[in-house]
Amino acid sequence: MPYTTIAQLSQGLKNGTFSSRELTQDVIADIKARDHLYNSFITLSEEQALAQADVADQRIAAGEAAPMTGVPIAHKDLFCTQGVRTTAASKILENFVPPYNSTVSQLFVDAGAVSVGKTNLDEFAMGSSNEHSFFGTVKNPWKLDAVPGGSSGGSAAAVAAGLITGATGTDTGGSIRQPAAFCNLTGIKPTYGRVSRFGIIAYASSLDQAGPMTRTAEDAAMMMNVMAQFDPQDSTSMQMATPDYTTSLNDSLAGLKIGLPKEFFEAGLNPQVAAATMNAIKQYEAMGAELVDISLPNLQLCIPAYYVIAPSEASSNLSRYDGARYGYRCQDPVDLMDMYCRTRAEGFGEEVKNRIMVGTYALSEGFYDAYYLKAQRIRRLIKNDFVKAFQQVDVIMGPVTPSPAFDIGSKTSDPVAMYLEDIYTLAINLAGIPALSTPAGFVDGLPVGLHIMGDYFSEAKLLNVAHQLQQATDWHMQTPNSI
Amino acid sequence: MALDNADILNIAKLARLQVDASQVDNYASSISSILNLVDSMQQVDTDGIEPLANPLDAQQRLRADQVTASNKRDEYLAIAPKTEAGLFLVPKVIE
Amino acid sequence: MSWEIVIGLEIHVQLATQSKLFSGAKVGFGAEPNTQTTLVDLGMPGALPVFNEEALRLAVMFGTAIDAEIGKRSVFARKNYFYPDLPKGYQTSQMDDPIVGEGHIDIQMEDGTSKRIGVTRAHLEEDAGKSLHEDFDGMTGIDLNRSSTPLLEIVSEPDMRSAKEAVAYMRKMHAIVTTLGISDGNMAEGSMRCDANVSVRPKGQETLGTRAELKNINSFRFIERAINLEVQRQIDLIEDGGKVLQETRLYDAENNETRSMRSKEEANDYRYFPCPDLLPVIIDDDYIDSIRRTLPELPDQRRQRFINDYHLSEYDAGVLSSSRTMADYFEAVQAACEDAKLSANWVTGELAKYLNTNGVEIEVSPVSAAQLGLLLTRIKDDTISGKGAKTVFDELWNDQGEVDAIIDNKGLKQVSDMGAIEGMVDAVIANSPQQVKQYTEAEEAKRGKMLGYFMGQVMKASKGAANPGQVNGILKKKLDAMC
Repeated sequence: MPYTTIAQLSQGLKNGTFSSRELTQDVIADIKARDHLYNSFITLSEEQALAQADVADQRIAAGEAAPMTGVPIAHKDLFCTQGVRTTAASKILENFVPPYNSTVSQLFVDAGAVSVGKTNLDEFAMGSSNEHSFFGTVKNPWKLDAVPGGSSGGSAAAVAAGLITGATGTDTGGSIRQPAAFCNLTGIKPTYGRVSRFGIIAYASSLDQAGPMTRTAEDAAMMMNVMAQFDPQDSTSMQMATPDYTTSLNDSLAGLKIGLPKEFFEAGLNPQVAAATMNAIKQYEAMGAELVDISLPNLQLCIPAYYVIAPSEASSNLSRYDGARYGYRCQDPVDLMDMYCRTRAEGFGEEVKNRIMVGTYALSEGFYDAYYLKAQRIRRLIKNDFVKAFQQVDVIMGPVTPSPAFDIGSKTSDPVAMYLEDIYTLAINLAGIPALSTPAGFVDGLPVGLHIMGDYFSEAKLLNVAHQLQQATDWHMQTPNSI
Repeated sequence: MALDNADILNIAKLARLQVDASQVDNYASSISSILNLVDSMQQVDTDGIEPLANPLDAQQRLRADQVTASNKRDEYLAIAPKTEAGLFLVPKVIE
Repeated sequence: MSWEIVIGLEIHVQLATQSKLFSGAKVGFGAEPNTQTTLVDLGMPGALPVFNEEALRLAVMFGTAIDAEIGKRSVFARKNYFYPDLPKGYQTSQMDDPIVGEGHIDIQMEDGTSKRIGVTRAHLEEDAGKSLHEDFDGMTGIDLNRSSTPLLEIVSEPDMRSAKEAVAYMRKMHAIVTTLGISDGNMAEGSMRCDANVSVRPKGQETLGTRAELKNINSFRFIERAINLEVQRQIDLIEDGGKVLQETRLYDAENNETRSMRSKEEANDYRYFPCPDLLPVIIDDDYIDSIRRTLPELPDQRRQRFINDYHLSEYDAGVLSSSRTMADYFEAVQAACEDAKLSANWVTGELAKYLNTNGVEIEVSPVSAAQLGLLLTRIKDDTISGKGAKTVFDELWNDQGEVDAIIDNKGLKQVSDMGAIEGMVDAVIANSPQQVKQYTEAEEAKRGKMLGYFMGQVMKASKGAANPGQVNGILKKKLDAMC
């Protein structure tokens, strides 16, 4: 049953139109039949999924179902899943089967959702094209020789292809929003600290945040209701109540002040993407919203700040992959140094090694102040720009990416060119504010995303704003030709 | 900022990454190009700006001093590359 | 040339918490390998640290006890290096913003003088695991039970000028931490360890010489020996025209030498940066004051009280206040026999001798303070002689038992009955006409010496049970009357 929504499946399960087992079997059969086109899954967990489906069916029969009970979902293969291989798309964790769940995957288990498997990604979430995976490149369902975006490219492609109705992603510099934009999805990166990071394989700890990737804002709200919980196991998790994100979806947008930062519409933005984005934004005027020109003067600095902070934290976070306690160990190490150096050289891919080296350099003696500390000061300048903007407006809108999905292989030779594509997404992670991407039409048959950014912990407002656009337009209901 | 081959080998050693002689030039150019990209921030005046480590400027929450974990050694050792007598084994460490 | 020795100590104190610094694993010595570990202590992917409030309290308590500045904003930093007993590839420690800033303690030397030693800082950090070098097919075994155990690293100023001062400093620190109860201070189990930075310079020179760091010294005795060995090595080296290298050296107790640890020298660029998984620890004056109010009587205060209230010598007061258990023991003996001087003599004399000879800590002394107190009471009430008491003490030490029962069984009770003693004295005088004659004819000044013979005879007649003081008095009175 391709191209449905979580809300519809939830209703069907509740009404007894189908059981979770039937649904799960269909979903898995569909993935097996069609995923060779997309390569969106790394691991299918059929046995565990069916067991979870049976538990869900019992809960439904007992009248104890929660909204997500029995609904199949998939997890980006960065979330540790107990008893199910978790690879981070890296050779170094190729055979790693964690004996524990991430808090997010546990919350979905508790909610009765069924996890059918683990989706592909850029290795350790480092990339914006899903070309840096030990398990192969993922294809964009809208154009099979284009990238789906990254790093949550597998989740994006799987949902866009109708293989699954919802999947988790993580967003360190745009890794939920950019693939959502490239694949015509709703993807939200919550406020830093809103969703627990416990058990999610870390890339850059002060930037990483998990969120849902779905076709509709309503589905994203349903997943957020499960995911966005305080977690005492994560020191950076904020201790606050979770609102019901579905209840405010239909709030009126009359009087909403939408900020349009001029820096989001300057040179470098594809004119057709600019036109599509503005066209989507204009829809809000009809709903009574007001457009306000604003400025985020330090936006350009997000690229250098991000490409110092993220690799620095990554270089330290990835030191634990040393071949000693779990994961890959090189063959016949002659001594300890050899074990470390060969395990890591053989286990990590090139992009990961590049970033480890950059981060190691940026933190090394004599360079720390000029790189890491400098980047953190710039980070505050960027945050201050947003804080100031939100004194003026309720939400900020702009493009997610300068252009639609690019072709596979077209940017791999020049990592710096690829980094420049992240210009609109990085600043949000540096500031820690929530932001989402929602479908905003098409350019040459490829989807374009509308970027909606809000003040800290305004996820409910962002979902409300996206939902209202989805009520007024049908871009999000379009189907790619490949299915 | 351009890195030379000696820099690359030094960084690789700190990061415990084996780099073959044939790869050094590649790393030098790709890492140098990333450093060039980030060097633009050196022009920015950040005097008096506090570094931002956590976007919320939040403070540490404290955990009660309670033993909450049970012994799961067998589960952990089961996924280790090499073990014996309840220990993780690694190539000989010389002090 | 005459040389000045400069010593600074870094003392690692294991804090007496139930659980680890960043996880809910049990802290404890001697468990089966790797049974006291969690995902966090093993550095598993996605595991995150949460700070233990008790470790904070104990660290602040230490700071208030040494009159130190307390860091109201302390920050955990990562110290990055690869080692198999360091599972994450970094040690979580504190660098720029430690919990305890500058403070000081006073040490007392044997000649009764006092010296103030500066404490630069004390910071919280996690311990590493242990590498076991027994041969496992030519490999090293790693036990991570100790991983993430809370440590307070106390760094002194280079204020010490001899090995003896270093020992006195270490002993005073030991007394402080055990009095505070923030650590069990057990050096054999590694709860208190010390690294010594040692350098020498020609007397009168301002600048410091190059220092060597002696690692992991685990007993008071070894501190003195290791430092003296290292000092001699450095002086010999310089006098032979050589140069001291800045390096880490290991004290080898078996071969009584210090030797270079090259393995520790290789990676000395630790790339410190604030740990993004932990947030700044913020405390206020109320919190600090609330802890300050719970401070127990500190060793220096107790020493002063021993001098003031019990009129002990500086030296005895210093020895008896050198550890909490020693001081508690002394005070319990004192309370039982109500004689401070006698108690001090026995605790620093007979008891100390037995403890040293047998290598037993006072905590587990086979002779309890109550038993010793009762024994001293029996000296005071003339039940036994001091010599008899030593016999009882030996019996208590070796075979336990009860003080009065031992006195009875061994027939150690003194005869204090005047009539009985007079009878024995009369008999001895009657049986020793020759000696009586000599006594009565001798000059008065020489009689004292001659009394010894009669004393011996009476004591022999009483089988040692007569109270020597009484015998002496009666003999003297009777013999002098005959002159």
